[in-house]
Amino acid sequence: MSELLLPPEHRYAKRIKEQLNEDGSELSILNLGPTHPATHGIFQNILLMDGERILEAEPTIGYIHRAFEKIAENRPFYQITPLTDRMNYCSSPINNMGWWMTLEKLLDIEVPKRAQYLRVIVMELARITDHIICNSILGVDTGAYTGFLYVFQFREKIYEIYEEICGARLTTNMGRIGGFERDWSPEAFRKLDVFLEEFPPAWQEFENLFVRNRIFIDRTVNVGPITAEKAMNYGFTGPNLRATGVDYDVRVAQPYSSYEDFDFIVPVGKSGDTYDRFCVRNAEVWESLSIIRQALAKMPEGNEFHADVPDYYLPPKEDVYTNMESLIYHFKIVMGEVPIPVAEIYHPVEGGNGELGFYLVTDGSRTPYRLHFRRPCFIYYQAYPEMIEGALLSDAIVILSSLNVIAGELDA
Amino acid sequence: MALEAIQIQEKVNEAFGINVFNYNQEKDIFSFESTTDSITALILFLKNDPDLRFHFLTDLCAIHYPDNEFSRQFAVVYHMHNWYENKRIKIKVYIDGENPKIKTISNIFRSSNWMEREAYDFYGIDFIGHPQLKRILNMDEMISFPMRKEFPMEDSGRTDKDDRFFGRTTDNY
Amino acid sequence: MSDSKINMVAPPEGVVGEGFFATKLNDVVGMARANSLWPLPFATSCCGIEFMATMASHYDLARFGSERVSFSPRQADMLMVMGTISKKMAPILRQVYEQMTEPRWVIAVGACASSGGIFDTYSTLQGIDKVIPVDVYVPGCPPRPEQIIDGVMKLQELVRTESVRRRSSPEYQELLASYNIK
Repeated sequence: MSELLLPPEHRYAKRIKEQLNEDGSELSILNLGPTHPATHGIFQNILLMDGERILEAEPTIGYIHRAFEKIAENRPFYQITPLTDRMNYCSSPINNMGWWMTLEKLLDIEVPKRAQYLRVIVMELARITDHIICNSILGVDTGAYTGFLYVFQFREKIYEIYEEICGARLTTNMGRIGGFERDWSPEAFRKLDVFLEEFPPAWQEFENLFVRNRIFIDRTVNVGPITAEKAMNYGFTGPNLRATGVDYDVRVAQPYSSYEDFDFIVPVGKSGDTYDRFCVRNAEVWESLSIIRQALAKMPEGNEFHADVPDYYLPPKEDVYTNMESLIYHFKIVMGEVPIPVAEIYHPVEGGNGELGFYLVTDGSRTPYRLHFRRPCFIYYQAYPEMIEGALLSDAIVILSSLNVIAGELDA
Repeated sequence: MALEAIQIQEKVNEAFGINVFNYNQEKDIFSFESTTDSITALILFLKNDPDLRFHFLTDLCAIHYPDNEFSRQFAVVYHMHNWYENKRIKIKVYIDGENPKIKTISNIFRSSNWMEREAYDFYGIDFIGHPQLKRILNMDEMISFPMRKEFPMEDSGRTDKDDRFFGRTTDNY
Repeated sequence: MSDSKINMVAPPEGVVGEGFFATKLNDVVGMARANSLWPLPFATSCCGIEFMATMASHYDLARFGSERVSFSPRQADMLMVMGTISKKMAPILRQVYEQMTEPRWVIAVGACASSGGIFDTYSTLQGIDKVIPVDVYVPGCPPRPEQIIDGVMKLQELVRTESVRRRSSPEYQELLASYNIK
């Protein structure tokens, strides 16, 4: 089998020839992926195994490389949000908002407080969906399908809220430069209230299913641990870094969109193993719920939902159809004929998986000169081969799903 | 903020002199340029200096400037972050266009390993001393470096975008 | 049966008499196949997440006889390609298709699988029908779970009416040959 898989000059093939265990057993090569169902995405790992134990792994990525950065160089600024959606598709509103905030930083636009709070709410909802997916799928991988079925209905509830806000479920393409495309409907707030009421007990139950579950603990504690030093050297950010005990969170370090107004803790783990990653994500969901409640309570009066920047904010659709001036503006903005300053900026936001950065270089033309996405998954997935060294094959799957590597973000 | 930009500039200037230049504050990020030869020493210095402590490599990427003069056709951009003082810096290194080469920093920050491979994949920049410099996102058989400005975004083999299907031919534009 | 909420599929047209039921073999086989399509999800990106929603409790694809998600191509009937297929991925998709046994059907879910979608780039395959034959295309980026289910139902319709001889017909051989699949 291994001859079919690898050319004879590959180092694993050579090692199989050389190394023979004392009991006469051979090493073997296992090809995991790229379409293995347990990998939740398209990653290939060629594993050198001694029985059930992994000695070495060689990852191959790029199976859904879609050339986001090249497309971004050919699109006006308004047309780049659909790309950001499709990066980390489990939490697309965070990506959308991150991109708008990058542009607002570039153009020095001050967003009204109410719009900022609305953004915080939608970003935290996105974080909850992201963590729901990650943790429930981790449950599936350890053999607990119940949790997945149970909490996924609440992800549908969040999608219904998104639909009220922007009309889409998954790839939201939400927002505008300076705020939102329209004010949130009362129905959206009502659905949000219902969600805040119904979700916490369910999440508590979900947590109870796992946190003290003997089987789950056996499968996850001390599986794939990583030290804080190593994690930082490998460029970890987000929940995976916090599970190692480092309390770095972009929301706290560099507050954007008024995160400084809210009172929340940054949950940290201790050993950086799979169980800690699970617990950190669980705790973050509670914090997100608390942030949403605070934002709703502190929400300023009125119905301001965007900044007053007619040069960059698309005019209302009904005016575009009836009013010459608006039509001209709409055309100018969509075609990218508005003044864009020459600058180089970097704007980070705390995405579902860590620091999501937008490095934007403009040259005054209608498209970015260069747009680089700092994709957290791409950076921390490098540590995966080292984390699974010496682990069992079934642990490798659990570690992968606890890292929450999203293929779309990994390959861009 | 405790760590001021001027402080960084003084320290770096003291250690590297004319090899590091063009200090300026771009929006919220303090940035400067370095020569290709001193980049590894500079990164190591920034990482290990007890005052500067830029211990986290946030990002590494490359840019292509085909319109620049020959010696500045490519740039490699490093974003570093000091979490203790919460200070970010950006370092830019320009490389020549003929045979872009720069020393790797993958032995200083392991996170740069794949980022350098990505820069190689997109721009063909050779990171000297990189442990495994080969394509990462694209197929190994690919010969072009797709992010260079001269390469088109679209796939040349696409047939359904034929202008004739939209009533556009070269004579009726 | 009368108070059960389970909807049974109506039997095909035929002659009913005392103790017997006569109909065409084609129809019986078609009905059986259509209501036990085992899907092989080939999920690469965003559409895969919507497929998860389709499989999960809210939408529940199992109602359509697709209870068992077969991750082995050899036991699957319906290949659901969800998400962008890059040129690096195309040979793998083809290999998976070749490993499936006849009869096999393919649904291209989402704009990327159908036509490349918004990713008109050097690295993306412009529609999976460049490498394998496709039976049903589902539009949307990503399609809603309802749309995916609609696509499955459309395929069920195709399967129900397909002749048992189709797979050995010269037209079908020609189709496969045009994709260079043996």
